[in-house]
Amino acid sequence: MSKQTFLGFARPDGRVGIRNHILILPASICASDTASLVARQVQGAVTFHNQNGCSQVGADQQWTMDIMAGFAANPNIYGTVIISLGCENCQMDLVTEAIQKRTNKPFRQVVIQQAGGTLKAVEQAVRYASELAEAASMQQRQPFPVSELIIGTECGGSDPTSGLAANPLVGCLSDLIVDLGGTSILSETTEFIGAEHILARRAVNEMVRSRIFEIVHRYEEALHMVGEEVRHGNPSPGNMAGGITTLEEKSLGCIHKGGHRPIVAVYDYAQQLHDKGLVIMDTPGNDPSSVAGMIAGGAQIVLFTTGRGTPTGNPIAPVLKITGNKLTFETMRDNLDFDASPVIYQPGSMPKLTDELFELVLQTANGKLSRAEALGFIEIAIARVCNYV
Amino acid sequence: MDNAVIIEAKDNVAVAIEPIPAGVRASFCYPDGKQRAVNVREDIAIYHKFAVCDIPCGSKIIKYGEHIGEASRDILTGEHVHVHNVASVRENLEKEESL
Repeated sequence: MSKQTFLGFARPDGRVGIRNHILILPASICASDTASLVARQVQGAVTFHNQNGCSQVGADQQWTMDIMAGFAANPNIYGTVIISLGCENCQMDLVTEAIQKRTNKPFRQVVIQQAGGTLKAVEQAVRYASELAEAASMQQRQPFPVSELIIGTECGGSDPTSGLAANPLVGCLSDLIVDLGGTSILSETTEFIGAEHILARRAVNEMVRSRIFEIVHRYEEALHMVGEEVRHGNPSPGNMAGGITTLEEKSLGCIHKGGHRPIVAVYDYAQQLHDKGLVIMDTPGNDPSSVAGMIAGGAQIVLFTTGRGTPTGNPIAPVLKITGNKLTFETMRDNLDFDASPVIYQPGSMPKLTDELFELVLQTANGKLSRAEALGFIEIAIARVCNYV
Repeated sequence: MDNAVIIEAKDNVAVAIEPIPAGVRASFCYPDGKQRAVNVREDIAIYHKFAVCDIPCGSKIIKYGEHIGEASRDILTGEHVHVHNVASVRENLEKEESL
């Protein structure tokens, strides 16, 4: 098989998945425990704990809706069983409409208060989910070009090796994916601070350039409005113990994940991508919510660099962990997928490592489990503007 | 084998890639291939930074060829450069870019 294809699942909306999950989607926190019961019962079903979906201001509710719709539309999902309580702000018809704006894939609905409580809702939802799982199990993988891949890039638990090795390596992989016609997402707006001028130079036009400055300033101002400062807690204690001194230093290392290609678009949080090439998504530095935003945008796989070692996974997409810290690769071996430390210790090794990482990405696309998947890690977070109401 | 790296020619800090005890030579290679060494004045933990020249209080700390902060006190060649002697400074980078 050509190195430039992977084996994926065709979707009726024209997109291509690398997993074939059934999503049990809780429309609010009040449906999350029920959704967990259902997912545990059906092979191939995935879910997560939605802590939101009710008592949120408009902007926060919109982000929750965008994540839910984006997850259901993500090409790694075959079909979705939506479970709502019945009285929450994210009403069943609103969630359904948001999903249908993004995809025509199959879905089923269960409203707990209409079904007559948790046990009856679980029975109904398990039946729906097992029907979808049976249909999904009949689908075969087919070869697709790498141009169908959308990779999300993320860094977490950074240390100085992130900027020296793991992020530049992911940047080279990002360039390769873009050159093959695919899409790469650079995320984490808080970690553009102090480096936004470098990204802005790579914008394809004035609109993209001004959008890069806009999302950075908007983020800082949003925190100032509630009397907070982005530097509070950033760099984190772990970042500093590892040797990162300032947010600017962290940012300058962080943006290497975006490689060297022109930036063709800037997307708001969790919006569905429609451009090919290198794009930016406005996400928080908080890893699980940034990863969730990119997966809602359509990323089938996330490349996650770490200096200290982190466990982050996701129910929908594999999250591959890459470290440039040779000590971390030994101590956190169970959580890590790739050792990028030769970038530091073997000058000139970057092209070979890029090939090896590309091979791992293709293997993962073809079905190989990431460490986070093998460990069953599913926790997510959704970005938020302010307190619950 | 080098025990430190420097990223850009104009950087005034380098990064230890092995633990470097006080008084030991830290050697590193510039992007143009030029080799250099400085004696570190204190223990430098792996992946932490040290100054490759004297950095007066108030002047920029440069890594990746860019500003990562300002010296909050005089820093001597070979000293550990970290939160105890560097302040984070928010610059208006959009304005600087448009000049």
